[in-house]
Amino acid sequence: MTTTSSEQHAVPFWRDERYLQVLAQILVVAIIAGTLYYLANNLVTALAAQNIPIGFDFLRLTAGFDIGESSIAYSRASTNAQALLVGVLNTLRVSFLGIIFSTILGAIVGVARLSNNWLVNKLAGIYVEILRNIPLLVFLIFLYSAAFVKLPRITEALELPGPIYLTNRGFFVPWAEPGDGWSTYRWVLWVGLLVAIVVAWVLRRQGQRTGRMPLILLWAPLAFVVVALLGWFIVPGQPLVSSIPVLEGRNFTGGNGLTPEFMAVLLGLVVYTSAFIAEVVRAGIQAVSKGQREAATALGLSGFQTLRLVILPQAQRVIIPPLTSQYLNLTKNSSLAVAAGYPDVYAIGRTIQNQSGRSIEIIALMMIVYLAFSLGTSLFMNWYNKRIRLVER
Amino acid sequence: MSEPIIVCQDVHKWYGHFHALRGVSMEVQKGEVIVIFGPSGSGKSTFIRTINRLEEHQQGTIVVDGIELSHDVRNIAAIRREVGMVFQQFNLFPHLTVMQNITLGPIQVRKWDKKKAEQIAMELLTRVGIPEQAQKYPGQLSGGQQQRVAIARALAMQPKIMLFDEPTSALDPEMIKEVLDVMTELAKSGMTILAVTHEMGFARAVADRMVFFDAGNIIESGPPQQIFSNPQEERTKLFLSQILSH
Amino acid sequence: MTTSASSRSDVLPPPSERYTLLGWFRKNLFGSWLDALLTLIALAFAVAILVPTVRWATTSARWEVIPNNVELFMFGSYPRDQVWRLWLCLWLLALVTGMLWGVYVRRRSFMSLFLIALPVLGMLFTFASGVWVHYAAMIVAGLAGWALARWRPRLMSSVALVGTLLFFPLVILIIRGFSEESFLPGVATNLWGGLMLSLLISVVGIVFSFPFGVLLALGRQSNLPAVRTLSILYIEIIRGVPLITLLFMGQVMLNFFLPSGIVVDRVIRAMVAVVMFAAAYLAENVRGGLQAIPKGQYEAADAVGLSGFHKMTFIILPQALRAVIPVLVGQFIGLFKDTTLVALVGLLDLLGIARGVLANPAWIGTQLEVYLFLAFIYWIFSYAMSYASRRLEVALGVGER
Repeated sequence: MTTTSSEQHAVPFWRDERYLQVLAQILVVAIIAGTLYYLANNLVTALAAQNIPIGFDFLRLTAGFDIGESSIAYSRASTNAQALLVGVLNTLRVSFLGIIFSTILGAIVGVARLSNNWLVNKLAGIYVEILRNIPLLVFLIFLYSAAFVKLPRITEALELPGPIYLTNRGFFVPWAEPGDGWSTYRWVLWVGLLVAIVVAWVLRRQGQRTGRMPLILLWAPLAFVVVALLGWFIVPGQPLVSSIPVLEGRNFTGGNGLTPEFMAVLLGLVVYTSAFIAEVVRAGIQAVSKGQREAATALGLSGFQTLRLVILPQAQRVIIPPLTSQYLNLTKNSSLAVAAGYPDVYAIGRTIQNQSGRSIEIIALMMIVYLAFSLGTSLFMNWYNKRIRLVER
Repeated sequence: MSEPIIVCQDVHKWYGHFHALRGVSMEVQKGEVIVIFGPSGSGKSTFIRTINRLEEHQQGTIVVDGIELSHDVRNIAAIRREVGMVFQQFNLFPHLTVMQNITLGPIQVRKWDKKKAEQIAMELLTRVGIPEQAQKYPGQLSGGQQQRVAIARALAMQPKIMLFDEPTSALDPEMIKEVLDVMTELAKSGMTILAVTHEMGFARAVADRMVFFDAGNIIESGPPQQIFSNPQEERTKLFLSQILSH
Repeated sequence: MTTSASSRSDVLPPPSERYTLLGWFRKNLFGSWLDALLTLIALAFAVAILVPTVRWATTSARWEVIPNNVELFMFGSYPRDQVWRLWLCLWLLALVTGMLWGVYVRRRSFMSLFLIALPVLGMLFTFASGVWVHYAAMIVAGLAGWALARWRPRLMSSVALVGTLLFFPLVILIIRGFSEESFLPGVATNLWGGLMLSLLISVVGIVFSFPFGVLLALGRQSNLPAVRTLSILYIEIIRGVPLITLLFMGQVMLNFFLPSGIVVDRVIRAMVAVVMFAAAYLAENVRGGLQAIPKGQYEAADAVGLSGFHKMTFIILPQALRAVIPVLVGQFIGLFKDTTLVALVGLLDLLGIARGVLANPAWIGTQLEVYLFLAFIYWIFSYAMSYASRRLEVALGVGER
């Protein structure tokens, strides 16, 4: 018999699956490229007709508007680019704090939903069911315009122990400011951090040798606190001076002022997201099968040991991916801050767009900023997820 | 001897760097019943799956019923029409009734009208012994019944060749016989059959030829009595002693 | 007799639990001192919130802001003499729902739930005149649909399916209307508003994003690298940015992208943005369903000789879509809540109307009342939908397979 290879039988290309696959891809790409070209062409035509230039030179122009709060130096004489940077930093600030507080609150509510205590269980359930079924925007506007703005005027401030003053112009809380001993004390804190790391490392080594993992998360921070306290008494001078808000005329001096906009957005994001995180936590803990609990109990582990050594490591793995998407949601939801007047990147972007008419550039910049945030959060959480998996194995 | 219906020559297949098929050559005559056996990972399933292009072979030629299996989509479609396949995990469509499972191919591929397709489906269901289950969903049937539906589904396309990929491996012991009975009846009706199976009773009773696979190639082949009583190769002997000893 | 009596007494009854009120309290609230402490804290917390709220709601709250503006809240500035068209849509909705209920769920208990839910909703809105007649009509329509479905299940299952598919385009036609002189005079979209607009935008969002979402999901699973890359790019970019930026883009840029002379109004622009947004999320949900389908299903379809298109339409998609129905309901609820964002780009949806009402000097200072009412409306709709979908999930799961 003669050996026949498939290449010798010429297959017409329109019936050859390899060519068909390439062809299909070229077709799809061509259709999409064509559509995009058509849209872009319309855009360029429209812009030319209305004499709107495209370019990022407007970023160097003077912004000319005030921003309520800023973590860097900013005035109305600053440039548009600086204004946008203020917005980016404000978004980052509220998202970062929001992620931390909503995780804590969410974990508490999630555990409460699993409580054997009927009242606690039901209250946590009501909390979750109410918040999950109303729109965040309504909640935010409600908090801002029906709660925070309706607080007493600054001269009739509501005083809480601390003293913390609640007013419609913001919250004023005591704050610690660097004193004359701060420059030395800073080094003590660094040393404390070093000690904590060493303690963690030693305990970890010891744990690996004996097989009994000690409570690193308890002992390492404790070491830090001990060093910090020792340093407080040893270092000469006052490392930190407490600054207490005092009403002077029509304003508070001293302490730290938090605007109602910031508080409304932060509280809204934290409370709203915590309801979702609570569900994630509850589902994660429940996903660890009853058999695992029973096996741990049969081995004679205590309730706390079961939780720490058996339940949580497994629950963690289930929790991390949905938790990541909640963090991403929170970051994206921070764009609703505009409804409460908090100057985040979206709010400032819109202001600049209003003044300069540069819609395309502004939208592109905003999208890039949010994509970068999303990408950053995903990368970090993926890294963390991989790490805890490796530790477990 | 009649003309061969399947001709495989020097068939190679790699998964990444793993060489799964190492130059398999085999001819199958019309009406022949072939039982393929061998240790797991020996490439026997991969081999029969190349025959209807569930796996793509990378070297060598496969000709089925005079049609060469190449990158030609028309040839692939033509061969799939002529080759029926039964899987280890049944792979029935869970969202369709038994009747819809069987008539889907004939109506959509063979373009028969619904009435004719359903009539033939009922005949096939009667042949495999479960005509009363036609309107049920696969999930409501036992494993043995599901596998018989799968056989009926493959037969409904009126194939010239039937491939069986370990059809009884996922079944409870008491259901194996009902499936083997259907396969035996099919073998005796003159259907060309390639079956990957370790049911040696079935092989002894109906196989025209047994093929032993190991490490991606055919080690030995011959009629059942020769394989069972006088295997030529040491590996065949060892493998048979392992699976027949219990 | 004695034997039977003794044999019966051999079977010991389970020890009866002393389920007194006190016992229940002890078991569920005061199991240990920690438990008791928790209970007291929780109780104090609940009382601290509830008492002032109830006191405010019953004494100083100005609830009249709601009934006085209820028509605005419900349908914005839609011409009052054309409101019957909205009711017509609701009758149709009741009819289709009744049919679907009859075909797929088949149980009477669900029907009764549906019938109870309507009057309860009705009681909330009795302030509008003549509402009861419409509710009665809706109940009749629902019952009729259910009865029809039970009468001819086979025939009606296809009718119900076609009805469901036709329902949404039909609703938009009815609400939009045609030319001025026709039976249904046209109503410009800038007159659409209130809850009606919120519902319309979310329905349009989910219905129109469906084909795109499914295509994107298939594209992401495709073995053609170019198609896969493009799908991933679209999905990840859209999912990486907030909806508000898309809405903003739709408002200020959409008209630039269209050929000169074609101008779409604000509502359509918002809808386009919502569809673009929803498609990416829908694609990810459908992908989850596709991934759940075993490889054997693809192989079996190939072995039967089905073409790629038939394989998708007859085997893969029906299974994948059925598996993701509950997730899609969840997405719809999320989208319904997200439509509030259109208020930020100047549309008069429920939230936009609420802001308008609060700007009216007559209602200044009623933020609490209005926003609580809004939260309540959204809550009722979202909770009812998620409850229904959970029940439907159970019903579908039991029905087949």
